[in-house]
Amino acid sequence: MREFFFLFMVIVAGTGGELCVTRAMKVVGEVHDFRPAALARFVFRAMRVGWMWIGIGMMTLAFFSLLAMLSIENVSLVVPVTALSYAAGATGALLFLHERISPQRWLGVLIVCVGVTLVWLSRR
Amino acid sequence: MKDSPGLHLKTYLLILFMVLFAPLGNVLLSKGMKGIGSAKNWAPADLLHILVKILTSGYIWLGIACLLAFFVAYMLVLTWADYSYVQPASAFSYAVVALLSYFLLGEIVPPLRWAGIAVICVGVFVVGRTPPRTTEKA
Repeated sequence: MREFFFLFMVIVAGTGGELCVTRAMKVVGEVHDFRPAALARFVFRAMRVGWMWIGIGMMTLAFFSLLAMLSIENVSLVVPVTALSYAAGATGALLFLHERISPQRWLGVLIVCVGVTLVWLSRR
Repeated sequence: MKDSPGLHLKTYLLILFMVLFAPLGNVLLSKGMKGIGSAKNWAPADLLHILVKILTSGYIWLGIACLLAFFVAYMLVLTWADYSYVQPASAFSYAVVALLSYFLLGEIVPPLRWAGIAVICVGVFVVGRTPPRTTEKA
């Protein structure tokens, strides 16, 4: 039962955090200069966006849930199973980031979910 | 909107970086957590004891360093590519994590799990055939 709870937290908090971070990065804009000083300025700008901090908080929660999962199950099971976040991610990208998800991308996400199911079924 | 070859190249390079560092980080975290063990109950003292062990584990910090490297690459690529492209495209890391867990941790990976990972990679390929950006530049 606790495995399901931690898995739920990894997927929901992780995906929510990634969506918030993505929203923050879209606010900051595209990177053109990859020199260290420019990258440091870029990170500093990103840290001034509120969505970034919400995202980091949610991803921290997901991280500790992942650690809890890794203390119980093998990493070769845990990490692929967290790919369930793809379905949540695509839906969130559509609703929250207003990205256009093509039918081909939906098909890919569906296939990924079938793969995750097979991985889960390999659990002893 | 057409994407330049340069945009594709830097997207692929950063995704390759992500695909290597995220699995390595997860395998190191797994090694650390297997040594620490799981909480026997939810008592605050027990959780604090586990937290102290986590924060003093070299494997955990190495894993975090790898995941931070992954995260920086992820942040950079998200400034020009769609989230819904980057997230599935980085799923090759699932195959890499299984390989690393087999070779570095000695985990037994059943055939059904390999099959599931292979199916995940097929899904990744399908997603990877779509353009990196479907929305207009901000």
